[in-house]
Amino acid sequence: MIITKSKPKEVFLRSLEGFERVFIVGCGTCATLCQTGGEEEVDAVANLLGKRTCGKIVVETPCDIRVLRRDLSPHLDVVDAADVILALCCGSGAQAIGEFTGKIVIPGLDTLFVGETERIGRFYERCRACGDCIIHETGGICPIVRCAKGLLNGPCGGMANGKCEAGGHVRDCAWVMIYKRLEEQGIVERFKEIRKVRDRSKKAEPQELRMR
Amino acid sequence: MKSAYSDFMKALNDGKFVFTGEIEPKKTTRLEGIIGAAKTLKSHVVACNVTDNPRARAYLSSLVASYVIQKETGLETICHMTVRDRNRLALISDLLGASALGIRNVLVISGDHTTGGDNPGAMPVYDLDSTQFVQMVRGMVDRGIDLNGNAIEGEVRLHVGVVGNPNADPLEVEVCKVERKINAGAEFIQTQIVFDVDKAKRFVKELNSSVPILIGIFPCKSHRIAEFIVNKIPGIYVPREYIEGLKSAESFSNATESRNKIDTVNIDYFSELIKELKRTTRTAGIHIMTMGYESIVGKITDRVMEKVTR
Ligand code: SF4
Ligand code: SF4
Repeated sequence: MIITKSKPKEVFLRSLEGFERVFIVGCGTCATLCQTGGEEEVDAVANLLGKRTCGKIVVETPCDIRVLRRDLSPHLDVVDAADVILALCCGSGAQAIGEFTGKIVIPGLDTLFVGETERIGRFYERCRACGDCIIHETGGICPIVRCAKGLLNGPCGGMANGKCEAGGHVRDCAWVMIYKRLEEQGIVERFKEIRKVRDRSKKAEPQELRMR
Repeated sequence: MKSAYSDFMKALNDGKFVFTGEIEPKKTTRLEGIIGAAKTLKSHVVACNVTDNPRARAYLSSLVASYVIQKETGLETICHMTVRDRNRLALISDLLGASALGIRNVLVISGDHTTGGDNPGAMPVYDLDSTQFVQMVRGMVDRGIDLNGNAIEGEVRLHVGVVGNPNADPLEVEVCKVERKINAGAEFIQTQIVFDVDKAKRFVKELNSSVPILIGIFPCKSHRIAEFIVNKIPGIYVPREYIEGLKSAESFSNATESRNKIDTVNIDYFSELIKELKRTTRTAGIHIMTMGYESIVGKITDRVMEKVTR
């Protein structure tokens, strides 16, 4: 899931300064689960803006142009009359909204990471979409994200008592976790293998996938 | 055994017990400090390490400092290169530059994380990790090619070393990691500082390799520095008696006397530790970090090598 966090009220209110008619778009999927862009949050922001709110909607998946078209089309007159759209969804959704409507879009959320949900309000980054997944070599634990340095042959010298230097020895060191997991799986010799340099060109340019 | 490009490597190959020192360039454009420190160290160590933005602080370049030290004082250097601040392009150019300028030893370091440094908003690079850096150096030195197989004009004459941490817990993970770096082609190991001789002994014993190991030590100029290590570098055990020894040395009102006593505490403590390692393990030498307390180095090395102190 894409994990988002609401921008502080003062921040998006400042971005909205000078705009009179605001149309609010929420997200029915990830941002609803994060409680940042579902019905409730869209309503709350609409109330906050009061008369300046000229319309609001929760689109099932605003990052999908087809769904945006389907859900926004019945409201296009209101959208067209708006000065600005406030997007309560991830950055990908916010851009799709801008692309589809041609309107100025103000992000109401900060997009944080691709993560795992423990419970609502507890999310952990688990994947950085590196384009070359290797977690079968690392006991199912992603070192790109979970090692603060993204090392492929850790741990680094900052590990102490199994904890990670970054952030002051609070989080577990990913490479100690990987070692233990591989040990449990009976394949600890994999730990000793040298994992080769990554091909960063995979992420060096904007990514597109065109299969058809 | 491969031929040695450096005096440091030659001494290790010859089986000599080797001492290295360490110099930390600061956030400065002045060179007197590093040159002065190098002059103090010169007759007591085979080579001195030159740090590269330690603790993620943006300081004078290790490569420039290494070059200046060698040129001005003749002391051989072991130039640190962290993989934190430069991607593979920048690291390759620095390695070519180092070799061209007569620097013959590099020590690869992951580098303390940027968020703990003096420009915490910096991008942490880590394009390569230290193991991959070692592999890259091997390609450059042994086969004359860069990481992507591009040919290099002229020989690259460098020895590459890595760091190990005898204080690490769990130690078996650390040992596997260091062995991995050795398999990648590391030629020497310098360790994190150790105060506990048993930890050093265990590390040397557990490491299944004949690559020379230099154990790191850090004579403290005051008990405050020792306390700082206890509080700020987790995992490093500093014996209470050592700290108390420094404390009572500091209680002398006469400054010179107090300084001499502090020296004595350090000379006694570390020469015993070194002799013990020398006698009971295959430790190849000692890396002495000082951070401004360079004057102690010769006193410790003289004692260990049974020369008369003072
Ligand atoms: S290796 Fe990590 S960042 Fe890459 S795809 Fe797998 S989980 Fe994601
Ligand atoms: S302590 Fe472990 S998780 Fe943290 S940066 Fe070092 S290797 Fe990575």
